[in-house]
Formats: sequence, structure tokens, C-alpha cells
Amino acid sequence: MQISGAQMVIEALIAEGVDTIFGYPGGAIMNVYDEIYKQDGFQHILTRHEQAAVHAAEGYSKASGKVGVALITSGPGFTNAVTGLADAYMDSIPLVVISGQVPMSLIGTDAFQEIDAVGISRPCTKHNYLVTDAADLARVLKEAFYIAASGRPGPVHVDIPKDVTAQIAEFDYSKPVEIETYKPNVVGNPRQIKKAIEAIANSKRPLFYLGGGIINSNAAYQVRELVKKTGIPAVETFMARGTLSYDDELLISMLGMHGSYAANMAMSETDMVIALGARFDDRVTGKLSEFAKNAGVIHVDIDPASISKLVNADFPIVGDVKNVVEQMLEKCSEIDPDNYESWRETINNFDELHPLTFHEDTDRIKPQWVVKRVGELLGDSANISTDVGQHQMWSAQFYPFSRPRQWISSGGLGTMGFGFPAAIGVKAAAPDKVSINITGDGSILMNIQELMTAVEKKLPVINIILNNNYLGMVRQWQTLFYDKRHSETDLSVQPDFVKVSEAFGGIGYRVTTKEEFDIALKESVEKNVVSIIDVVVERLENVMPMVPAGGSLFNMMLLEKKEK
Amino acid sequence: MTENSERRVVSVIVVNEASVLSRITDLFSGRGYNITSLTVAPIPDSKYSRLTIVTSGSVRVIEQITKQLHKLIPVLKVYEHADLVEKEMALVKFPITENISDINAICEAYNGKIVNVGNDVIITMVADEPKRIDHYLEAIKRYNPKEIVRSGAVALER
Repeated sequence: MQISGAQMVIEALIAEGVDTIFGYPGGAIMNVYDEIYKQDGFQHILTRHEQAAVHAAEGYSKASGKVGVALITSGPGFTNAVTGLADAYMDSIPLVVISGQVPMSLIGTDAFQEIDAVGISRPCTKHNYLVTDAADLARVLKEAFYIAASGRPGPVHVDIPKDVTAQIAEFDYSKPVEIETYKPNVVGNPRQIKKAIEAIANSKRPLFYLGGGIINSNAAYQVRELVKKTGIPAVETFMARGTLSYDDELLISMLGMHGSYAANMAMSETDMVIALGARFDDRVTGKLSEFAKNAGVIHVDIDPASISKLVNADFPIVGDVKNVVEQMLEKCSEIDPDNYESWRETINNFDELHPLTFHEDTDRIKPQWVVKRVGELLGDSANISTDVGQHQMWSAQFYPFSRPRQWISSGGLGTMGFGFPAAIGVKAAAPDKVSINITGDGSILMNIQELMTAVEKKLPVINIILNNNYLGMVRQWQTLFYDKRHSETDLSVQPDFVKVSEAFGGIGYRVTTKEEFDIALKESVEKNVVSIIDVVVERLENVMPMVPAGGSLFNMMLLEKKEK
Repeated sequence: MTENSERRVVSVIVVNEASVLSRITDLFSGRGYNITSLTVAPIPDSKYSRLTIVTSGSVRVIEQITKQLHKLIPVLKVYEHADLVEKEMALVKFPITENISDINAICEAYNGKIVNVGNDVIITMVADEPKRIDHYLEAIKRYNPKEIVRSGAVALER
């Protein structure tokens, strides 16, 4: 059929089964917005900033497992979106981000709102396109969705000049994707898997090292089965929270810089690391030369470039972790869970020695208590998004995650301002769950304008600010490593967050006691409107335990012991 | 890391499309890999181009380079050569007042000749292994070369 480039965008999104997109209009993308006005195949959520549009699409994608879509204009619209692209790239989130561009005849002339968008997005996307002919649009958009979701997922950026969206051309979306140069390997090599199973069976202290790739490939329930059948203890990365349920006896905890003592000691003592969809990030490994020093390494990953990038893999297995785990399940009867009895006991002893906990020894509420309390009150019924900083680490440490896709946080890029827009996308994807954004008094101000989006679209996100009047994580490092010189981290001057929320049409609570917090949270859930709960917490609390940057996992700064 | 850095030749077959070269060079600069030389030309009667990249790094870095190159969507194949025929070309401009027969003799020793004679200058061309090009450029120093241009290496597996 002969239609305009702008109509093609709409048709392609509908053909891909997209039900929600996030965006912000502007000059170069107006032809597409004109078609959005005329259609009713999907809903468009108008964010109040392009960065928020992309974060919302990320939240939507992480909660639903589908490709997130954002639509933006050229120039500043695009540059605002770059942080979102980079965030999605670091955390392997499948997105298709479509931007307008100045007309072809003006490209290269420094035209109004012109920027070399594909030049900027190249290093922070899985792939990108500048579409120069509407006849290519069907192929390009179909490839974009395919590339975003397949292999190691990631964001794909499609830049479309304004005259191309006006151009009439033939549109046929039925042709299958055929990219000769892109064929991700999804099935693990059976011989390698057999060898890996043998290596596990011969090991004495094996350890599952579970990564975010498990969530991406929807493999959490297969992994739960594998862990259960083999009786091998498991640690989760920050990105993998929710793979195992919090009450799984074989789940030790999160490992890494703010991982638990037991998790980091288990990683230091293991003789066989079984890495599933994890990438040995520096926040996980600490000092590389001391990481799992005496262990063999089995590394399962969809991305061959992740294998042996930082830690040499003795058994590299390239494939979709879901397929590989299913292949492993067929063979895992060779592994006898009884062999690891004393290993499990050793780990339990580590945990009893230095459990992941905190002391309630101040008048002010402890931030960790808030996270725990949200877990007690809402548990499985909430999806938890966060911003970046101390509150994020406490959330990862203390929330009782019970299912995959319950945990939405910016891990790789560490983007402050991610949480609120992401939680809006999460609510759009999972309206039946309470969408919580646990945030800090620093982060929340980085995308506070999204109160308007959430109020307008009736997406009742509950923002819980763990307010310590500090840029807390930086303050913590200044306290520990910069001799308490708290340079530019004191946020004593703050808006009245209750009034801010009310000004946008939401509700707000200022909370100083546990009782007030319970009431505020219950009311926010019941009223089902956008809310800010501003919790005054202990100012100088540190995230503990901690592996100082570049230190070894077994050399942790620990929580001071207190007499009961 | 204390691993030894080695010179390596990597050939990359890519779809011949807009901005594909910047995808490759961005990858090298973004990840801190070296490019000693880079040549690129279309492969005849195909939609592909072939790049020959001379780089250096430890075994781990070279492995990462080939894997990261392969990850780029328009990359069809990556060859990291072990046993190869490698050639490079150099053009050199000399003042016509220098000893032309000496220069010509040296050029012949390096698979070359005089390719242009003007009023004031001559231009020579040699094509040989990169290391021998180094030697050639050393040898002709005394003839006051005015301009030197090297093509970068091209290579084929034996």
C-alpha cells in the first residue's frame, strides 16, 4: 500500500503489537504526531521531558518484557533523550527510539534544531539508522524491533528526516527480517554444557552467580528449578534481584560493593563459579586479581564479547541463558545436592557471623527500616523502581523480592532521575501492581516535572523519598575517603515536597515517625493517586557492608556490632 | 595488566553502507584500542567492503577487538590473521637534483620505480611488506625526500 512515512511509523508500531508509547512532540516529528492524533491503535503518554520519555519506555519494557518505544523530535529533543539511550544500552533494555530530523535538504547546514543524532547515538545504542527514503522505513523499523529484542537486547535509534515522514512510498511490513550480518547464537553448545555439568559435579564448593541476563531472557523460573535440583547456593547481582525469591533457602543475597558478607565470602571461597547472564562488572568483582581466585569459571552469556572480557572463562557457553539452563536441567541429575551440605553450612556460618542488617539506634527513622517496611506492607503486590544512590542500595539489600521484573533500577549507567519516569512506565505496563519509586532527596529533583505526566495520565506512582538532606552516597564516600569534607553534598535547602506534589495535583506526606509512615503508605495505596511520601531519615547512615572501590570482596567494611 | 602488546592485522568485511566506517573507528576510540593503520575499499561485485586494520594489544585485548567488531550489526566477518601476505605502498617525492639513478636502484630493491617526473621533483612508488617499507624509508633519507605518504597495510590469509 502507498502511504506516507509518518503513517508507516504508526502502521509499524501497531504491527509490532505496541500498546503504549512515550514521547514529546516538536517541529521535525510533527508529521508523525499528526498521524498519532488520527489513530487509536496505541496510547501515547506525553512526558514532560524527553529524558523521562526514554526512562518511562525503559520502565515499561523492564516490567512487561516487551520492547519499549519512545518518540522525540530533533536537536534538543534528541540530545535530552541520550541519557535514556545510554542507560538502556548499559542495562541491555530493548527499546526503539524514533526521532525526527531536519529535512534531508537541510542536513549538514546547521539548520534550526539540527544535530548529528546518529553520530551521537552510535556509541550508546545497539544499532542506529538514519532513514533517507520512506521506501526503506518498513524494513528499517522491522529490523529495529528485531535487533532491539534479539541476542543481547538493547536500544535501537531510528532518525527520520521530516521530508521522509511526508514522502509517499510503498509499505509492506510482511517481509521477514533478513540481516545477513546479524545472527545471534541462542543455543548453547551441547558438548560445552556436558563438560560444564561434569565440572560442577566434580567441584566441592560451586556457586551460582546470577545476572540480569536471566531477567532479560525470562529464564528466572528455569533458574529457580536448576538451583533447587542441584542444591547449589546462589548469589544475585544487583540486576538479577527477583530471580530467586527472597525466601529461597539457597539464595545467599546480593554480592558486590554493597553485597552481603556471606555472598562476597562465598564468591571468594568457591571453587566453581557458574555465571548465568552476568558480566563481571567492576562493582561486582572488586579487585579482579583477587576475585574468585581459586575457582574455575563457567560463563553462560548471549554476548560472546562478555565472555573472558574481564575474568577468563574455563567453560565459555554462548547462548540464550534460558535455552542453556533448560539444556542444563536435562543433564543436572549427575549433580548430587548432598555433596554440598558442608559448603552450604559454611555459607550459613558466614551469614550468622555478619548478617545483612542495620541498627535501629537513633531517634530518626532508619532508611533501611522504610525499605523493609514497604516490603512487609506491600511485598509481592508492588513493583519497586529506584533512583540512584544510598536509597537504591538499601532497596536492593532489604526489599523482599519475590519475582522477576519486580525490580527496576538503573544499574550500569547509574542515572539519577531514572526512578520516577521509570515507575510511570512500570505502572503503564503493570496497572494491577502498586508502582513504588524509592528515591532520595537528590535524585527526585532530577525528573520531578514528571508529577504532571503521572497526574494527567492517572498513573499513581508512590514516590518514597528517603530524605537525609544529603547527596547521601557521595556524602558517604566523602566521610569515608575524603576525611569528612562534605563538598557540595549538603542538601539542607529543599522544597516542601508535600506542597510540590499538591501543586501538580498529587498528594503528599511529610513523615517523621514509623506510625506516620504506615498511615501515609496505606493512604497512598488506597487513594490510588500520585503521591510523595517525604520520610525524614537518619542523616549520616552509611550503606554497609562495603567493599571500597578497587578492594577485594573478602576485605569488606562491616557494620559495627552492637550489644543487644 | 602486564601482558605483552603485539602487532596484529585484523581484516573486517562490512556491509558497504553509510557511516559504517565511523562505527568501526568509534569502537576503537571508545574502547581505547589502537589503530596503527586502516585501509578500506569496496570488494568488487558485492555489497561489502573490506577493511584492513593494523592494531596492537595484548592477547586479551585483541580477542576483545575481534569480538566487539563482530558485535557491530553491519559486520559480516572478522579475520584475525596469523599467516598472511601483507603489503603496503609508499609514495615519495624527491628533488630532481638528487641522484636519480641511485634512487631508482633502491626503489627496484623494494618492488618499486619512478612513477612521475616533473620540472622540480620526481615521485617514486614502492610496494612491499610494512617492515620493509620502514627500511626503504630509512634508506632514502639521505636523498632529501620532500614528502612521504604510506597507504597502510592490506593483507590476505595464505
